[in-house]
Amino acid sequence: MSKTTIRPAVNKPDQQNGATAPAKGRPTLEVIGLKKSFGTVEVLKNVSLSVAKSEMVFVLGRSGSGKSTMLRCCNRLEEPDSGDILLEGEQITGRGVNLDKVRRRIGMVFQSFNLYPHLDARRNVTLALRKVLKQSRDEADTRAAAALARVGLADKAGNYPSQLSGGQQQRVAIARAIALEPAVMLFDEPTSALDPELVGDVLGVMRELKQDGMTMLVVSHEMAFAREAADRVVFMADGHIVEQGPPEDIFTNPQHDSTRAFLSRYSYGQ
Amino acid sequence: MSNLDRFIETFLNGAVLAKYTPSILQGVWVTVELSILIVISGTLLGTLLACIRAYRLRLISFLIVIYADIFRALPPLVLILLAYFGLPNIGLSLSSFTVLFVILGLTLGAFAEEIIWAGITSTDKGQWEAARSTGLGFTRTLIHVVLPQAVRMVIPPLTNRAIAITKMTALGTVIGVPDILNQATTAQSFSGNASPLTLAAMAYVLLFLPFVILSRWLESRFSWKKN
Repeated sequence: MSKTTIRPAVNKPDQQNGATAPAKGRPTLEVIGLKKSFGTVEVLKNVSLSVAKSEMVFVLGRSGSGKSTMLRCCNRLEEPDSGDILLEGEQITGRGVNLDKVRRRIGMVFQSFNLYPHLDARRNVTLALRKVLKQSRDEADTRAAAALARVGLADKAGNYPSQLSGGQQQRVAIARAIALEPAVMLFDEPTSALDPELVGDVLGVMRELKQDGMTMLVVSHEMAFAREAADRVVFMADGHIVEQGPPEDIFTNPQHDSTRAFLSRYSYGQ
Repeated sequence: MSNLDRFIETFLNGAVLAKYTPSILQGVWVTVELSILIVISGTLLGTLLACIRAYRLRLISFLIVIYADIFRALPPLVLILLAYFGLPNIGLSLSSFTVLFVILGLTLGAFAEEIIWAGITSTDKGQWEAARSTGLGFTRTLIHVVLPQAVRMVIPPLTNRAIAITKMTALGTVIGVPDILNQATTAQSFSGNASPLTLAAMAYVLLFLPFVILSRWLESRFSWKKN
C-alpha cells in the first residue's frame, strides 16, 4: 500500500456552505497512479486525481480519452490494473476490500439510467435501503420519499420507469443513489441519452446537490453547465489528465493543444 | 344406418360414455395432479439451476449444461421406459406415477433452465452495474433485480414448454399410470368403442385450453415497454 505517491495539489479548501464539517487535509476521493488496459489498448496511463469534500469536478475529453473508464474504476465496476483509489482516506483498491460496503458510499448515475423496470420509482430507491442498509419498510419508504422529493418527483413514487420521461428516469436514478447518503457521487454522462429539452431538469438537480454540499465527479459534455457550476474542470486526452483548473481558466485560456482542439469543436454557449 | 349415425355410434356413444365417464374422471384427477407436480418442480428446478449457473463456476456450469442437453435431446418416452423397466434391476422400484413425475419433471427442468438462463444472460448489463453500485451483492442482485426481469422476459416460451411437457403425461399410459388416456384406452378395449377416447380428447382440451389462454394473457400482462 503506497500512500505517498504523486498527487496533484488541487484541493479546493473553501466549503460551499458551512453545513458540513470541513474535512481538512484528506480529499473525499483520491485516485493515484491509475492504470488500465483493455487487451493491448492502454486506456488509462497513470491518472491521478483528487476530489475534495463538497467539490464538483467535471471531467472533459473526447470519447476514448479514458474518462468513463476512470470514473468506473472509482467504484471498481472496472478493475484497475494498478494504482490506488482512496475513499475518505481509506484504500478501496486491492484484495480484501469489501466492495459492497465501499460501493454503498459511492453513488453512481449512468448514461442509460439503468432503473429497474419491474419496480416503481419508490421501490427502485428502497431496494438498496432495505437489502443493503437493512432498513424497515417504513424507514425505507420515508427516506425514498425524501429522496424523490429532492429530485422533484415526490408525486411519481408509484410510477414505473416506462411511465416516466428520460429526464424523470434519470432523476429517479439520482434519488436511488443519494438515498444511500454517499460520500461521493459519480455521474457517467448523465444527460447524454436525454432529449435536449429534458437535460435542464437533470442539471438542475445536480446544481441543487452541489449547493447542498454533495461531492461530485462528473463525466459529461455539458460544457455550459461545467463552466457555470463546476469547481474544477479536468481535461483528459489519450489516457492522461493533460490539464486541469478552474472552469474559467480552462475554457478561456486552455494551455494544452488537445484541450484547445477539443474546445474549439464544441460551442459551449458564451 | 347412415354415415352420421355410424359416426355418432362410434365416437359419441351415449351408453358407453355414461358407463365410463367416472373412470375417466378419475384419470382426469391423476393427470391434473401429475401436471401440477411437474410444472412446479420442473420450473423450480430450472430456475434454481439457471441461478446456480449465473455464478459461472466452471465445473458446476458444465454439469448443468450436460444435464440440460441430455434431457432436451432424449425423447421422454425412452427415459420413462428405461427408468420404469430398468431401475428395478438395480433394486430401485419406483411406482409408475413416480417414474412419470420424475422424468417429466427433470425434462421440464432441463428446458426451463435453458429458457431462464437465456433470460438471465439477455438482461441488460447495466442492471447488474446499477444494482452492484448501490452495494447490493451478487446474489441479491440476481434475486431482486435480474431474475424477476429474466422470468418476465421468458414467460411465453416457458408456459409453452410447460404445456408441451405436461401434455406428455399421456405417455404414462405405456407404463400403466391411470391417467386420462390410460383410463380411456382401457374403456375402449372393454367396450370395443372409441367413445371413451373422444371423451379423453375433450377432457384434455378442457384441461389444457385454459392454460393456453392463460399463456396468451401472461404474454401481454408481463411485457412492458423498454425505455
